[in-house]
Amino acid sequence: MNLPTGRQAGSAPSHGRGSTAATQAPAKRRGSPYPYWFVLPAGAIFGIFFLAPTLASFYFALTAWDLFSIRFIGFDNFVQFFREPFLMQGLVNTLLFASITSAAKTVLGLLIAVLLTSGIFAQGLLRSIVFFPVLVSTIGIGLMFAELMHPTEGAINLALAAIGIDGPGWLTNPSLALFSVAMVDIWRGVGLATLIYIAGLSTIAQDYYEAARIDGATRWQQFWRVTVPLVRPATTTVVILSLIGGLRLFDLIWAMTRGGPGFSSDVLASVIYKQYQAGFYGLSTAGNVILFLLIGLIILPLAWWFNRKEVEQ
Amino acid sequence: MKRRQYLIGALSLAVAFVVFVIPFIFVFLNAAKTAAESATLDFSWPREWRFWQNLVEVVQARDYMLLLAYFNSTVITVGAIALMVVSGAMVGYLLQRRRTPWNRIIYGFVLAGLIIPPAVVPTIWLLQQIGLFKSITGMIFIQCAYGLGFTVLLYRAFIATIPRDLDEAAIIDGAKPWQVFFKVILPLLKPVTVTVIVVQSITIFNDFTHPLYYLPGAENVTVQLTLYNFQSQFVSQMNLLFMNILLVTVPPLIVFVFFNRQIVAGMTSGAVKG
Amino acid sequence: MKTRLILSTALVSGLAPAAFAQELTILSDSSPDTVATFEALTAAYTAQNPDVSFSIETRPGGSEGDNLVKTRLATGEMADLFIYNSGSLLQALRPDRTLLPIDDIENYGQINEAYLSTVQGADGATYGVPLETAQGGGIYYHKPSYEELGLEIPMTWDQFMANNAAISDQTDKAPIAQSYRDTWTSQLFVLADFYNVLQAVPDFPEKFTANEAKFANTPAAAKGFERLQEAFEAGYFNADFGAATYDDGLRMVATGEAVHYPMLTFAVGAFQQNHPDLMEDVGFFAQPGDDLEANGLTVWMPASLYSPRDTEHPEIVRDFMNFVASPAGCDAITEAIGVTGPYLIEGCELPAEVPGMVADMMPYFDEEGRTAPALEFLSPVKGPSLEQITVEVGSGIRDAASAAALYDQDVEKLARQLGLPGW
Repeated sequence: MNLPTGRQAGSAPSHGRGSTAATQAPAKRRGSPYPYWFVLPAGAIFGIFFLAPTLASFYFALTAWDLFSIRFIGFDNFVQFFREPFLMQGLVNTLLFASITSAAKTVLGLLIAVLLTSGIFAQGLLRSIVFFPVLVSTIGIGLMFAELMHPTEGAINLALAAIGIDGPGWLTNPSLALFSVAMVDIWRGVGLATLIYIAGLSTIAQDYYEAARIDGATRWQQFWRVTVPLVRPATTTVVILSLIGGLRLFDLIWAMTRGGPGFSSDVLASVIYKQYQAGFYGLSTAGNVILFLLIGLIILPLAWWFNRKEVEQ
Repeated sequence: MKRRQYLIGALSLAVAFVVFVIPFIFVFLNAAKTAAESATLDFSWPREWRFWQNLVEVVQARDYMLLLAYFNSTVITVGAIALMVVSGAMVGYLLQRRRTPWNRIIYGFVLAGLIIPPAVVPTIWLLQQIGLFKSITGMIFIQCAYGLGFTVLLYRAFIATIPRDLDEAAIIDGAKPWQVFFKVILPLLKPVTVTVIVVQSITIFNDFTHPLYYLPGAENVTVQLTLYNFQSQFVSQMNLLFMNILLVTVPPLIVFVFFNRQIVAGMTSGAVKG
Repeated sequence: MKTRLILSTALVSGLAPAAFAQELTILSDSSPDTVATFEALTAAYTAQNPDVSFSIETRPGGSEGDNLVKTRLATGEMADLFIYNSGSLLQALRPDRTLLPIDDIENYGQINEAYLSTVQGADGATYGVPLETAQGGGIYYHKPSYEELGLEIPMTWDQFMANNAAISDQTDKAPIAQSYRDTWTSQLFVLADFYNVLQAVPDFPEKFTANEAKFANTPAAAKGFERLQEAFEAGYFNADFGAATYDDGLRMVATGEAVHYPMLTFAVGAFQQNHPDLMEDVGFFAQPGDDLEANGLTVWMPASLYSPRDTEHPEIVRDFMNFVASPAGCDAITEAIGVTGPYLIEGCELPAEVPGMVADMMPYFDEEGRTAPALEFLSPVKGPSLEQITVEVGSGIRDAASAAALYDQDVEKLARQLGLPGW
């Protein structure tokens, strides 16, 4: 699937336009060879099971709603959301978690990708090892690390104790819990970032490096002046994918801390689930609306900004 | 290969082993221990190997719940992917071949599907209205709807590499549009279809959040739900919990070994497309 | 089953021509004790009424189970009989719209009055009969440690803390076990303090429901949070309190790794299952307050048996509930799962031999005025986030005063969502 950007974006449309011109006249008479009903099966499924509930959520978010009754209450749910300290904390944690994990995945992913394309020993094996956690069930990973991070009996703290370090309560210390989960999320997701960067690096022509070497650039300068700018499409993908993933994250948090201790590692998605469990369907839906507004407000400008940069170059 | 590259390679391998492999070995060793021995959670060789007994015990737990879970997860995965492949390829084909202002709108929906998190409670309400809440059928449609965006993008990109001359030749031979698609185009999509199947089956098989919301109830368990529920059930039997984690890890490992190339292709397709 | 049914129907039909074989469905929670209880009760009932048989299905516990019960009631798919909490949680089922009133059953007068008020709807009708025994919320303690150190059962909070200090000074055991991986276990110090709250402010529940009294501005009510904070700050908890589970807590107090574990007395069953050999090493006392003269136990009403309003067999359901609320019903339960506490049906006797930890709670029930219901049985408002808030206090993240204020906010949220008057 290694489609270089140019070929797909550049040549396909012109090719398309050329040939439709030739077949336009007969196509009109018989109906297009590409009829719109081809969208129907997918459109119906997507419309009923995704679009309709999403649109409905803008109404339900304005109600006090349980299984037996529904009452319109205007923006009270949103007021509630921003007034309650632990709902607010969920919002702050979501942003914190998403930025930490995407920053780490981007930086580490690029560094590991550079390392794994430099022709070192066992390169292929290393790629597989780094990538494998991406495929493993998040719940499995979460439960596994919850045990490894047990404050007194967990393997991590036992290992630290063996070299004389008194390990912290990774998941029980309120100021650490969110970061411990973030670390596990980076552990799990860095393989995907690496893979995307490896694909990106492979599209950079060696000529650039040779030219840089002739100009006397050091390896460090080559990295900053050649690799980083030319691998930008991959960076865009990594940043955007990990931000979306980080902002929506639920399963890993739920398997490891359930938002605890207290509310210290609650994120929007876990808050939404808790409100649902408590039977506050309207409030839960309001949380959902806030989550997708937040994602839209972050992702859309960012994607636009990345695209503009690319065009400028 | 220079000496330096050997050295760096060996060093990286050692680090990767500690960071990425040891946790899985820890799970494996503990899955083979007795309940009492695994309770201490330490990193040691089992004194007594009970791998097989533990395996049997996990499978038999709660009336063979795990087997039912594997069955349900398989049905959901296969059903959703079958729907996704056919309907997604049709949209990708249309998007790529027919260029009109509508494309932008369809494309917008595709991106929305990739970015926007599903509105869960309204979805539950909707599923209840149409009688699909807590049903495997409902779950199949849900997973299909959530995976369509990714599928359409992959197909659209791949179909761009198939020359239009093929469709046109078929049309001139008198084939109807659906015949062109199903008889000419769809067979050519095999490589990307394999990618879609592999990547989506891992995603759907590993999904926890959506079955948690839409499939409550003991008769509808999926593999990930069972794992999560066993957590509270096996509280004094860590060995069985670890065995369960191991059992959930194995299917993706097998898929990875056989379909490494397709997975890499599918997961990096965004990289170069942006 | 089927042959027996046909056979017995044939026998009965000779005498009572109108009898038809009926099968009723029961939705139980998945705990083995509850299932055993239902099996014993239905077997005993079928023995007397051979034309009635039952099929029992189970549901998960916790909030997932709550949701399931609500969904099935709302969609009219509820079984003929089901078990659910009494008190504030019952109110969320809207009993006056969804459940079958049972005020007219024969044994109605035999049911404990304090209990009845917890299974009544807004309309004053009664909807359930007790399926289990009353529970106490208090503190389990390790008897051998108490003997070793020469400690007395504390009658005031200060005595309790003095005991903890002695344990902490003289042994390396944890004075108090806490288990915050199962967050619900963190609420006990607050919830089980309610007897003491009621002694100080008898009208707190009414004012609380009417939005006139708050935890934050009622010193006696805020005390539960303060006690939790005090115990944390004294460093009396087990080292892994943040990661320990409910089972760990039981194990610690059974083996003496920890000397106290605040818990509800339904733990008797779990002790029996997990540590049968150590049963007699564990004792129980009520959470003490500040007043030596007013020492008593906060009581949890048992889960109850209800029936949906749209059941097809209202007469049999009422008759079965009448049987559950009779001494024969109690005996069937005792035989199936043993004794876990006092029954709430007049005429029900306990066997002479009961586990020590159960015997320890009996005096509170026998003496007048030494028990009081927990707040959730006196007021329909219970905030859903209490367990997270108490984890925060017990982990030193939040102080008692701000926890009480935060819980008031949480309660306000619930009251608004329920649309209660005055909020």
